[in-house]
Parts: sequence; structure tokens; C-alpha cells
Amino acid sequence: MGALHLEYTVAPDDFSRAGEVSGIVKRTLKDLGFPPAVVRRTAIAMYEAEINMVIHANGGKITADITPEEIMIVFADQGPGIPDIDLAMQEGWSTASEDIRDMGFGAGMGLPNIQKSTDYMDVQTTVGVGTTITIKIFVTQ
Amino acid sequence: MNTGDILKLDGITPAVYDGDSDVNGVFCCDLLSVAMARAPEGSAWVTVMTNANVVAVASLAEVACVVLAEGFEYDEAALNAARGKVTLLRSNEPVYETAVKIGALL
Ligand SMILES: Nc1ncnc2c1ncn2[C@@H]1O[C@H](COP(=O)(O)OP(=O)(O)O)[C@@H](O)[C@H]1O
Ligand SMILES: [Mg+2]
Repeated sequence: MGALHLEYTVAPDDFSRAGEVSGIVKRTLKDLGFPPAVVRRTAIAMYEAEINMVIHANGGKITADITPEEIMIVFADQGPGIPDIDLAMQEGWSTASEDIRDMGFGAGMGLPNIQKSTDYMDVQTTVGVGTTITIKIFVTQ
Repeated sequence: MNTGDILKLDGITPAVYDGDSDVNGVFCCDLLSVAMARAPEGSAWVTVMTNANVVAVASLAEVACVVLAEGFEYDEAALNAARGKVTLLRSNEPVYETAVKIGALL
């Protein structure tokens, strides 16, 4: 297998489709024969970042670059940005509305879960401009 | 044990069902982040959440089925999202009783 580059758009506020891109990438990784732990870690991180785009940032773009050694995913949105990233990274901290919480989101575990399930996580965020999160999962057999 | 065995239990009915799949455990949770991170592959996920996001997480986590407790009804969007993809069951009983019943089959 060589390098694979995939690009997706995530629609804003479309909860019925939230998680779809994560599902597509997960199936792709499975079909390519990546180890189950790698597939699962990628799916957990991707789902959280994809959901964050839907609930906090009016959607955005996801690009995936897949090689046998490394899976890199970039989540780029033009949402409100994150004013205090240290606070946002804390488990349990969330600005999600009551409506969002009623749907089972807003536990404040997304960003910490992304960190835990990846080997590399970088957050670039500017208030009023947007947020770009880059994650990498190194492939170990 | 499989989803067909769960269906034989009193008070459990299918909502979206296309064939038996193996069940290796029971998992109870109503927070999507926790379920996504922790639901074991192949488990029966007992919840009170009725929306389509449950289906997305169930599919990503590859649980064997969702069991909606308390006699609740799935949202129309959840039923549509699950067809051909995720097995959805319903239980007339609360989460604990439902989980204990299924757990006894393991
Ligand atoms: N893409 C994003 N754009 C703007 N804010 C975000 C984004 N992702 C996360 N946040 C902020 O960081 C907080 C914590 O995120 P997270 O850990 O995923 O918890 P939750 O989504 O459950 O609130 C969110 O409540 C939100 O304020
Ligand atoms: Mg989140």
C-alpha cells in the first residue's frame, strides 16, 4: 500500500449524519488491514473531533493521510475558536448547551479522549477565526 | 450467545433486526463519549438514549446491538440510520434489570 489522501466536508448542525466521516475512514482502515487497536484509536479520536465540528464550529473539513506507518487526520473549521485551550482540554469542561447534553454529548471528554487515543495532537485555534486539530496515530503491529 | 437469544427474553422486542450476531458482554451507558471510548466490541449496549447518535456510536464501536430500556421508543431518525447497519432492540424494563437479564445468558 502507498499513501492515501482522503478529503471530506462535515455539515453544520446535521446530527443525523454526525460520525459519518469517522465511519468511512474506519471502514477504509479496516479494509486496508490496519491492526484493530489502531483502527479503534483512530475511530475514537475522529468521532470526538467530528462531533466537536458539528456542535461547536458549524462543520468543517476533514483530511486524512494514510500510510502504512502513520495515520494523520486534520480537522479544520472556521468556527468560534477556543478561548482557553488548557481549560478546554480538561476532562469535564464543556460549553455545550442543555439541548446538546440531552442528546448524550457535552460530557467534556472529547478533547481529552482525542489526546488519550492518539500519539500526537496539535490544536491551532484563534477566537473568531477557527480551529485546526491535527492528530497522528503511529502504526505498531 | 447471540442477539437472537436476547430476543427470546420476556419484554424484549426488535426495532431494527436483520439476523443474529454474537454477543460477548453487556455495557450500560448514556454518555456518547464514554460509550465511544469504552463499549466493548460485540457487547449488548443498554441505554436510555433514543436518538440517531446512538446508532453512529454503536456502528463505530461495533457493538452487537443496542438495547433501549424503560420501554422507550427510538427516534425515527435512529431507526432509519440503523437499517441494514445496526441491530436495535427494545426492553420494557429499566437499564439494570435489562442488563442483568442479558448478562445471565452469557
Ligand atoms: N472545534 C471546536 N471549535 C470551537 N470550540 C471547540 C471545538 N472543539 C472543542 N471546543 C470547545 O472545547 C470544549 C471541550 O470540548 P470537548 O472536550 O470535546 O467536550 P464537549 O464537546 O463535550 O463540550 C467544548 O465545550 C467547546 O467549548
Ligand atoms: Mg466534544
